[in-house]
Amino acid sequence: MFPGTNCEHDVAYALQEQGATAELVWHTSEDLSGFDGVVLPGGFAHGDYLRTGAIARFSPIMEEVARMAAGGRPVLGICNGFQILCEAGMLSGALMKNRDRSFLCRPVHLRVESTNSILTREARVGQVIQIPLNSYEGNYVAPAAGDQVILRYCGADGEVDDESNPNGSVDAIAGMANAAGNVAGLMPHPERAIESVLGSDDGALLIGSFVASLQPA
Amino acid sequence: MRVRVNVQRRPGIADPEGSTTAQALRSLGFDEVGTVAIGRAILVEVETDDQDEARGRVEEMCRQLLTNPVLEDFEIEVLA
Repeated sequence: MFPGTNCEHDVAYALQEQGATAELVWHTSEDLSGFDGVVLPGGFAHGDYLRTGAIARFSPIMEEVARMAAGGRPVLGICNGFQILCEAGMLSGALMKNRDRSFLCRPVHLRVESTNSILTREARVGQVIQIPLNSYEGNYVAPAAGDQVILRYCGADGEVDDESNPNGSVDAIAGMANAAGNVAGLMPHPERAIESVLGSDDGALLIGSFVASLQPA
Repeated sequence: MRVRVNVQRRPGIADPEGSTTAQALRSLGFDEVGTVAIGRAILVEVETDDQDEARGRVEEMCRQLLTNPVLEDFEIEVLA
């Protein structure tokens, strides 16, 4: 958690619903020993000053996050957390303002493109899910060779076209992972779609994949 | 010493703010307007009298924090 993070309780709840034990850790902490994985939740870390995620990547906790990532532990960034992982260079590319310059807050369809990641391992390639998107700076650019596209924006039937791309992301990319698959990030919010009463429980598949990736430290 | 960093999007990175502004200018009758690029300027005060040192230090600041090399290019101007 950084000053301005605002999705941490939803994420902790979603992790617990999937059987994990979750604890909130403040960004000034320098120790994540004992944890099997880490999630950077959404929000507006450090007020989004300068660029989204630009200041957060220098928080003391980020050295520990990088260490866990290098050690093969699951590291997941959701929305602002994805932006932070990109700024920190743990995932390639960057996120800029939405193509049509409007804040988007609505459910979107996503197509699973790869299951070789901590976020999608329990899904199947081509599967279409629906979870909410809630961001102004979700327009993804410049994936590097080596990183994997794991989720793309699509229509209800899985078709990827300009119309179903909400924010102008290159190749309709909604989520990325590193080559090893242990570091992943996505703009939409799986933790907000884990029970059908919320409109969709498809997010439980992604959060469940993360929990299934946790191995005792 | 004051140093100005001019930050602009890299070529090929979409600039919806710029293209919208260009359209608005044309609709005001400024038919000669081509591309409009919106960037930002960052003014940094550096405690040194050495222009080269100021430039070098700010360049390092740009690389480490002030700009994102995936999206942005920068130019440094020492204002004295």
